[in-house]
Amino acid sequence: MTDQIYSLAELVIVACAEAWRNDGEVLATGIGPLPRLGAGLAKMTFNPVLQTTDGECWYTSEPVPPGKRATEPELEGLANYDRVFSALWSGKRHALVGPVQMDRFGQANISVIGDHDRPKVAMLGARGFPGNSVSHPNSFFFANHNTRAFVDGEVDFVCMAGYNPDRYVNGKPPEGLDLRIIVTNLCVMDFGGPDRRIRVVSLHPGVTFEEVQDNTGFPLARIANAIPQTPAPTAQQLELIARLDPNDMRATVFKGDPRGDRRAA
Amino acid sequence: MLDKRMSAADVVAQLQDGMRIGIGGWATRRKPMALVREIVRSDLKDLTLVAGYGGPEIGMLCAAGKVKKLIFAFATLDHFPLEPHFRNARQAGSIEVWELDEGMFHWGLRAAAMKLPFLPTRAGIGTDIITQPGFKMVRSPFEDGEELVAMPAIRLDVALIHAHRSDERGNILTLSNDPLFDELYVRAAEKTFVSVEKIVPTAQLDMARNARFNLVERPLITGVVEAPYGAHPTSAAPDYEIDLKHVKAYVDSAASDDAWNAYRTGYLDGDEEAYLASVGGAVTIAALPKPVY
Repeated sequence: MTDQIYSLAELVIVACAEAWRNDGEVLATGIGPLPRLGAGLAKMTFNPVLQTTDGECWYTSEPVPPGKRATEPELEGLANYDRVFSALWSGKRHALVGPVQMDRFGQANISVIGDHDRPKVAMLGARGFPGNSVSHPNSFFFANHNTRAFVDGEVDFVCMAGYNPDRYVNGKPPEGLDLRIIVTNLCVMDFGGPDRRIRVVSLHPGVTFEEVQDNTGFPLARIANAIPQTPAPTAQQLELIARLDPNDMRATVFKGDPRGDRRAA
Repeated sequence: MLDKRMSAADVVAQLQDGMRIGIGGWATRRKPMALVREIVRSDLKDLTLVAGYGGPEIGMLCAAGKVKKLIFAFATLDHFPLEPHFRNARQAGSIEVWELDEGMFHWGLRAAAMKLPFLPTRAGIGTDIITQPGFKMVRSPFEDGEELVAMPAIRLDVALIHAHRSDERGNILTLSNDPLFDELYVRAAEKTFVSVEKIVPTAQLDMARNARFNLVERPLITGVVEAPYGAHPTSAAPDYEIDLKHVKAYVDSAASDDAWNAYRTGYLDGDEEAYLASVGGAVTIAALPKPVY
């Protein structure tokens, strides 16, 4: 532990990086600045064999900073879209994505809010979520942990499959379905509860389980009665994050760029 | 001699109301926008637009009232994540949709390209995608007995793609680092029309050096249209990059009917020469900076 001051964004980056700790040599896809920086941090520290891309069509030797670049990255391979599909179908990828809604089964939505035929809000469309979800490990980031994000019942349009037995022949999802961690502005969760229920595995400093539960539309499991605190970034991690993010994109994710430790100083 | 050169108007003259029209490219990369603009200028209607990896072609054709049904996996302008005209059309309930996973879309084109009725896939299992009409499950006939989605072939009446070079016979070169899925669009279609930056003599295609950029064989190409900067405002790298300023103007045109009418009048009602002049001209487009993703 350090006494250093760190932001909530930096705490989240460190928590996201953990997603890739034991993955070995796979493609790490982090969508959005914090998951992307998390993938970079994992590669620069405990999992150097991860592959990252420039977000366009190349694998790069080192993680590429979000936003403007001072130098062009060294390219180590071609990551055109056709190959991205081949790689993801093989299972050699772990994506950390930011859906709009998630339900108790881990089913996630980025398509529409409301009715699919005439939505209240039309968003992106399902993108590659359906195939990703049954092909390779997936983790998640939510910037606003609340009951609009973690909904009661099912999400409005299931783009990403989850652990909902009613949606499968024989009640069994494909073997590739492997939902890992959920990092939010309040806590870190996984799918390790009874019957794959979502459970809280660590609370960000100053956050209580009750606060997390109140902001979640379904009952949560907990890893233990006394839930651990999400580990604070180390001095080395903070230094690396600053290097990976020279444009300080991480400061733009949470309103006012709050501190990671919300306990009274 | 085989001469497949034609104008954008000649292409549109071969299209009919109600056709299934596939549009290549990806989001804001290599969309055949000169051909799309020509469709906007036409009387065509009730199209089934097949644009899995959708960008401004979806919104523009929706805003112009050309689309009856959309087959897609997403619509985005990358730097402006939500396609505003697409949103307007969806939220008004004015178009039917068949929403797919990106990989399913790829598979549907591939099945059509291979003249197969379907290809099996796991993509879609466990999601609301396969609760839409048009899907069936298929059981593996082998020992595993796995239940898979039968992704039906997506056959196209016409594919429209944008490439960099061609000769007059329809030998084309797509010089971008990422060929995207244009080859599959072409192979899934009865006819393909290609807008290209430049039509050159065959020798200048320098095929020996550029072989990997030649995505399909020429019998699949019905017509080639010389349309310099024809992908604008999307990119056709390495020739030119996305025009973010113009994409912003396009985004703003979704704010109201008046804004859309002003966009049409300002940019679409004239011909392509007028269009290029209205967006700053060739020199400006050629100098657009490379964006970051």
